[in-house]
Amino acid sequence: MIHTSHLVKQFGSFKAVDEINLEIGRGEIFGFLGANGAGKTTTIRMLCGLLKPSSGEIRIDNLDIIKHSEQIKHKLGYMSQKFSLYPDLKAIENLQFYAGIYRVSFEPALKRLEPILEQFGLSSILKTLTQDLPMGYKQRLSLVAALMHDPPLVFLDEPTSGVDPQARREFWQVINDLAQSGKTIIVSTHFMDEAEYCHRVIIMQDGREVALGNPAELKQEYGSANMQELFLKVLGVSDAKL
Amino acid sequence: MPSFSRIRALAEKEVFHILRDSRTLVIIFLMPLLQLIIFGYAMNMEIRQVPLLVDDLAMNSSSRALVDAFVNTDYFQLVPKEAGTLQPDELFRERRAQASLSIPKDFGASEHRVLLRIDASDPNSAQMIQNYALGIVNSTGIQTDAGIDLRAQILYNPDLKSSFFFVPGLIALILVMVCALLTSISISREKEMGTMEQILVSPVSATEILFGKVIPYLVLGLLDALIILAVGMLLFQVPFRGDFSVFLLFTFLYVLTSLCLGLLVSTVAKTQQAAMMMALGMTLLPTLLLSGYMFPISSMPVILQKLTYIIPASYYLQIIRGIMLKGNNIAQLYQAGLSLLGMSVLMLIVAARRFKLRLS
Repeated sequence: MIHTSHLVKQFGSFKAVDEINLEIGRGEIFGFLGANGAGKTTTIRMLCGLLKPSSGEIRIDNLDIIKHSEQIKHKLGYMSQKFSLYPDLKAIENLQFYAGIYRVSFEPALKRLEPILEQFGLSSILKTLTQDLPMGYKQRLSLVAALMHDPPLVFLDEPTSGVDPQARREFWQVINDLAQSGKTIIVSTHFMDEAEYCHRVIIMQDGREVALGNPAELKQEYGSANMQELFLKVLGVSDAKL
Repeated sequence: MPSFSRIRALAEKEVFHILRDSRTLVIIFLMPLLQLIIFGYAMNMEIRQVPLLVDDLAMNSSSRALVDAFVNTDYFQLVPKEAGTLQPDELFRERRAQASLSIPKDFGASEHRVLLRIDASDPNSAQMIQNYALGIVNSTGIQTDAGIDLRAQILYNPDLKSSFFFVPGLIALILVMVCALLTSISISREKEMGTMEQILVSPVSATEILFGKVIPYLVLGLLDALIILAVGMLLFQVPFRGDFSVFLLFTFLYVLTSLCLGLLVSTVAKTQQAAMMMALGMTLLPTLLLSGYMFPISSMPVILQKLTYIIPASYYLQIIRGIMLKGNNIAQLYQAGLSLLGMSVLMLIVAARRFKLRLS
């Protein structure tokens, strides 16, 4: 689904992303882990076409992201780190807007997403102004908005920051279901417990890959009991190398 | 190819913003009205009710006719008698009189000269008082000692009412300010909120985003123009001698140009505040000073004259003054209209280019 080789993003003399090579398959939940400024968001922004790579290649569904940007944009859904639905629109109007800019008919799309709306408890608040919704609901609404055009590839940049643990669990339940239905999910997070939900994770530091693999296998490899420990260990090792 | 349905989705969303955001409504409706009223009354360059001290030593029918001629206009008002015990100089200093008229003893018989003294600490007013006074004296048929008998015929605004001059100008000024503010603020707000990013990952093109912004505000801008025109005509009694459809057509072009100017600003400004400052900076002073609103373009230095070509209001002023005061038709205005259209298209192209650049 996603292929990158020698992906680099340079801002002036600062290398935000340095030589990232990825191969992400269909239906995979792929996690980006790392501290703030490690390069997670920059990588995701390049993958969904918001930033142009300084060098290297990105292919999505075997299409070059620069040459076929139009085609690719139809295939991806994106939920940014910052909550970015319109606060002065009702929940349903936000969804209508996203259906509109992706040119999909609203009613069928809403019908298709009904199970998720139910699961998220959003069905009853569709007529509410988005600004009046609690944070957890806003996050869920953002995810639904990103799914309006039924994209095979979904990017979630820190989707659960500022959400309580119970809501986070529910959120991940839906993400899991989406992956099961064949969607590829790219997610970044700094909650280590969430990394457990991912099929594979990449741990980044200073724009570089320091570990890549299945969470369980990584834990075994580094002899760590949990992701938190693994994370510190991985970064500690790389610190020693420097 | 821009997609109509996407533009419609963008435009519809914009309508929700407009209807629900009180700030936009303030910019659209309250700001123009306040400006019109404040500018309108503050920039009033007419003189009314000038306190006039009359020292009539003749006290005959001729002198009374002259004094009556002054008092019967709206321009002068007699300083009350009890103040007359003070010397004219003292009255001037205390600002109780702005002009004094001394009529000599044998006025109307052997003497034909009267003395008008004017407080010229405000030279513009003094100039105008002098003109009014000369006009009044001439109209009474009594000779003045001016050697030349000058009779000017003043067209379109025979009373030289300054409202005729500033109301069309204000329509030009307010429209360009409001429209440039609307588009630039609305786009930079989306940048600030992060919603623009969400649009940018979608297949929406730069052109579609720009059209989606311009179309709703085009309607609002025209609505605004009508409100300003109506209030201007009601409050300041400005005539409208031209054709209304011509007004709509050319105002549409001017609103479009102003909105595109706002789009251009939004490709540079990152925050709403920066957008607001830039939009005002690019419209307020250039329009006031370089459009021919305050100062005639023909009396500017050559370099500044060239600069007026890029000020949208310099074209619209010809248009709006032409329509309202002279009853101009399309044939007499089409060049100015084409210039506005050209500017809009150019700015739209540049804005779309710059928008795309940001994407990659």
